[in-house]
Amino acid sequence: MQRSLYTPYFFLMPALATLLVFFFLPVLAALAMSFTDFDIYSLGQIGWARFVFLQNYRQLLADPLFWKAMLNTCYFVLVGAPLTIAVAFFAALALNSKWLHFRSAFRLALFMPVVTTLVAVAVVWRYLYHPRFGVVNYLLSFLGVAPIDWLGDPNWALPALIVLAVWKNFGYYMMIFLAGLQTIPDYLYEAARLDGANWWQQQRNVTLPQLAPTTFFVTFITLIGYFQFFAEPYVMTQGGPLNSTLSVVLYLYQQGFRWWRMGYSTAIAFVFFSIVLLLALLNMMMKRKQEA
Amino acid sequence: MPSFSRAWLWIVAFPLILLISIASCNKNQSHQTDLTFWAMGAEGESIEKLLPQLTQRHPDIKVKVQSIPWQPAHEKLLTAFAGGSTPDVCQLGNTWIPEFQAMRALLPLDSLVAQSSAIKPEDFFAGVWNTNVIGEKPYGIPWYVDTRVLFYRKDILESVGYQQAPRTWDEWLDACRKIKRQAGAEQKYAIFFSLIFNEWRAPVVLILSNGGRLLRDDDCYGAFDEPATLEAMRFYTTFFAEGLAPRNMTEVINVFQGFSTGFFSMMITGPWDVQEMRKRAAELTGKWSTAPMPRKENSSSTAGGSSLVIFKNTKNPSAAWKLIEFLSQPETQIEFFRLTRDLPAVRSAWNAPEIKADAEIQAFYQQLENVVPTPKIAEWEQIAVKIQEHLERVIFGQVALEDMARQLNRDVDRILEKRRWLLTKGLIEN
Repeated sequence: MQRSLYTPYFFLMPALATLLVFFFLPVLAALAMSFTDFDIYSLGQIGWARFVFLQNYRQLLADPLFWKAMLNTCYFVLVGAPLTIAVAFFAALALNSKWLHFRSAFRLALFMPVVTTLVAVAVVWRYLYHPRFGVVNYLLSFLGVAPIDWLGDPNWALPALIVLAVWKNFGYYMMIFLAGLQTIPDYLYEAARLDGANWWQQQRNVTLPQLAPTTFFVTFITLIGYFQFFAEPYVMTQGGPLNSTLSVVLYLYQQGFRWWRMGYSTAIAFVFFSIVLLLALLNMMMKRKQEA
Repeated sequence: MPSFSRAWLWIVAFPLILLISIASCNKNQSHQTDLTFWAMGAEGESIEKLLPQLTQRHPDIKVKVQSIPWQPAHEKLLTAFAGGSTPDVCQLGNTWIPEFQAMRALLPLDSLVAQSSAIKPEDFFAGVWNTNVIGEKPYGIPWYVDTRVLFYRKDILESVGYQQAPRTWDEWLDACRKIKRQAGAEQKYAIFFSLIFNEWRAPVVLILSNGGRLLRDDDCYGAFDEPATLEAMRFYTTFFAEGLAPRNMTEVINVFQGFSTGFFSMMITGPWDVQEMRKRAAELTGKWSTAPMPRKENSSSTAGGSSLVIFKNTKNPSAAWKLIEFLSQPETQIEFFRLTRDLPAVRSAWNAPEIKADAEIQAFYQQLENVVPTPKIAEWEQIAVKIQEHLERVIFGQVALEDMARQLNRDVDRILEKRRWLLTKGLIEN
């Protein structure tokens, strides 16, 4: 009898061992590294790394570039995530509509950006955003808008990347919403219609409550995904102009793999991790409160 | 039972294949020396064509070339070093040498050079050779060289009264203003300085030309608030402040097109653009040329290019050295120029008729006699990017130049903290 208590752990062993060796140990090693000034010199002579305790963290909190990156990342998440979710939601509603013809063709077209590689997309979007020959400025010129230097202007570069990210990512969440929509039984709408609800009221009182778990999941995943904002500025702007598209993960990458300041870079990683963890917990708590 | 018999076949065949391959490896090793050679970008692709000649001379050396794209090369080399899998011989951008030397990754070449009859320091451009020397010892042999010169539109400069390229800073600024005035309301610029891809060389070249210093006190502190340095940086930002150079880089997606349409008339760039320009702006033939940097206190430019290094953990330093000697022969260097259009590091190779007759290339020869290495410290690239980053803030009017210089000094001093510590402990030599 007693043995059966341990049996599940026995079967979990391989997975746990892998996690331990390839996740928890490296994380612990990184934590230890964040208390040292491990750098390019230490790579050759490990003895040249000094234990500096909290100096990396102190320096980090006073580093204007880190805060700039933090601000940029928050801007990206706070604007980009709701926008992505909204676009995904309405796209899913449209796709789920009974009157839509060629449904699978539309579904494919909207999902396409998700499966293309960002590097290829970046080349095309750089041309779309070109201040003199770009399509975006050409279309805006009909509305009387003067040409905007999308990627070159420090005020416009981040919004431009947000638009790119929304376009690139909404298809995935759209599919999740679509799956959620299809589980809502028709009789709920029928009942609502009998009660005299119009289209908006149906969406508000039937669709949204029924989709609540899906929406929570999508929000959670988008938030976590968007906090890891990296690839877009990495291939499009390298963080420029004037660091207006520098994200925390890009900054971490530059410090770590470009300048090999591993101590500092791991400190960034842990500060950032704590912040994201805090936000995730907050999100969970809010959900629990709602349910209670 | 076909699957059963196939399984048996594998069980028998697999050890056999293993045995044969091990045996053949052994055989190879007993007869010849295997060298791994990492080369980057276009060089990596062309080098294979030169190797048959090496095999003729040294049949016992077998070179395995691995071509690495430039973009991830630096990270890849550091990772290889951390993992102990560096090649025997490697092409290294000469600004990277101090960094790898600081990690004690490179073999000092002083005794090899002293014994060699094929490689003599005086055969190379002095400024470029100097980039490879750290604390009296050379750690790399220049393979090909590059430096920055002025590319200019002859026709446009003539139209504002300049029969030749501006020779001094005053002439330079004057020519730019005249070009801008001539363009009038048309959106055109006189000169193009790239601000992307961490293009820090233009301001650094100007600081050097003004006789300014970048760092002071054994390269331990920033010297950006010194008058000569400050003056050069002000001169650089003037081009942007007066609208002579575009600030927004995305206006120029294609520099060849920009140069060819007269969107700008001058730019500072390296030898690789000579051939590119001929190919991609063929209609411009005869309308453009190159000239050494305009003069202020002097006419210095940066000493760029790639060197060949031997990594310390090689098993065959003498074979590696033979490969480097081979690549440094004037004939090989000329052949290499034909394949890649990379400028030869060995000066006698410049006597080859096709190099001598090339007017646009000759400006580089003049400039190369007048090049200065950037500070030879591991942190240099990091500092260079900081210079560019801070100057960009001045260009966009976010901060005054003097305040920027102070902040830049502070950032640079912080980057150099480790170097100061290592120096006081006597762990690194200066």
